[in-house]
Amino acid sequence: MTTSEHKDAVAPVAVITAGEVTGSLDLVFDRFVPLIAGAIFLVVWEVFVRWRGIPPYVLPAPSVIFQSLWTNAGGLLRALGNTALVTLSAFSLATISGITLGILIALFRTVEKIIWPYAVALQVTPIIAIAPLVIIWVGLSRVWLALLILSWLVAFFPMLSATVVGMKSVDRGLQNVFTLYGATRWQRLLRLQLPAALPFILSGARVSSGLSVIGAVVAEFVAGSGTSTGLAWTIVQSSTMLDVPRMFAALFMLAGFGVVLWHAMSRLSSILLGHWHESELKDEA
Amino acid sequence: MRLEERRRYGAVIAARLEGLTKRYPNGTLAIDRMDLTVGKGEFVSLLGPSGCGKSTALYILAGLANATAGRVELAGDGRQAVGAGSIGFVFQEPSLMPWATVSENVALPLTLRGSAVDLASEVIRCLTMVGLETFADAYPRELSGGMKMRVSIARALITKPQLLLLDEPFGALDEITRARLHDDLLRIWSETGCTIVMVTHNTTESVYLSNRVVVMAARPGRIIGSVDVSEPYPRTKAFRLRPGFSDHVRQVSALLDDASSE
Repeated sequence: MTTSEHKDAVAPVAVITAGEVTGSLDLVFDRFVPLIAGAIFLVVWEVFVRWRGIPPYVLPAPSVIFQSLWTNAGGLLRALGNTALVTLSAFSLATISGITLGILIALFRTVEKIIWPYAVALQVTPIIAIAPLVIIWVGLSRVWLALLILSWLVAFFPMLSATVVGMKSVDRGLQNVFTLYGATRWQRLLRLQLPAALPFILSGARVSSGLSVIGAVVAEFVAGSGTSTGLAWTIVQSSTMLDVPRMFAALFMLAGFGVVLWHAMSRLSSILLGHWHESELKDEA
Repeated sequence: MRLEERRRYGAVIAARLEGLTKRYPNGTLAIDRMDLTVGKGEFVSLLGPSGCGKSTALYILAGLANATAGRVELAGDGRQAVGAGSIGFVFQEPSLMPWATVSENVALPLTLRGSAVDLASEVIRCLTMVGLETFADAYPRELSGGMKMRVSIARALITKPQLLLLDEPFGALDEITRARLHDDLLRIWSETGCTIVMVTHNTTESVYLSNRVVVMAARPGRIIGSVDVSEPYPRTKAFRLRPGFSDHVRQVSALLDDASSE
């Protein structure tokens, strides 16, 4: 081993340390620029609404929305809690079922042949078209179950497809290494296919988490009445009463929840992949 | 064993291919009746243009591909020995697990076998042999191309193979790194006393490293001749400047020209 090759490996480390000095400034900038842009947007919105005298049932000013958010906080939070519960349960179910079935499909060709066409058919059928049927089946007294099923249906396919693609994208050379050293099917799955599929699965989970929110909201819109009490129902209710500020308040909460979910998934992804996968590596240049 | 072979290799043979033929499902004849005997402790290079079946022959030798016809004989337990690790294989690409550290990558063959030996000390032994002992906890992405190839070689060495197969291991490396790895490979060969069969398309590389260069031609893949590089080891950079080196390079090149002109 000679020194010049050692240098090759050491050099990037030195660059990172040098980059950290300017990096911390960049970080502050990165964090605050979106916030500042958002604040400017709200101010322009507020000024525009007041200047043109637009009535609140057409476009409420941000100040009116925040006021509504404050006065309806209790009801909105309860609705958010219900929506979050449905979404997270459906997302968890989709993750477990998607990964399990994805593994089975990647391991057994027969399972793939049987299940894949129907999974695709389910994926291309619009959820809003299935929703009334599912709601009739489970009955209006158990709308939460319909929401769970519909939200799961939407979130399921990205997980399944990501797992299958990931399991099949294993490097051929590594496959040969495992064959050469007599790896069992189980060892191949745990030590090769699943780790290789992890980046795909995590990116599928990010898509799926967003879709599960959409699924829960669409289902609640379709259900329209009954025992559903989520944020979507709040929006429907507010719209019939022309309480547009409350609609916006519910909308903001829904968007905020989606963003939090997205960031949680990104965080998970960087924890699990940070030390090796290209997608999570910090820019070292 | 045939008489001339016995005279040539003594009684000890590491591997033998007899009438090896490989035909792909689409009808292409990749290898046509190839005979090759490798004596214990030899360093044999398989040299030829692309498509001459040299890599395929290596994969069949390792049990990673099946022959259409012909026999493969290996020293010791024969075919059963493949999974048990008496064969080490270095692939064209480093083929490392990006999610695992260097030492986890090197330990893989033993981990898969569920071996009870002291993993850590075995890993250090092999990493020392390739000069990477200080990089045990690094991840592959932190290493240069040459270092990744070293890790790949260390992984092949961990089962203490009697037969080491290399499939164009240095093709993707720059000249300087390649020359350094050549010397390391020769040192490892003499330290372990293993038999090496290496596939390459580089004439000077094959002459510098091996004691026998087997030249193959394509369409169909077959052996058209072999050159004994009867120069003493250890070979160093000075060997590249000696007339003996260039003589052998010329002989091999001439064979290779025949191979490609057909």
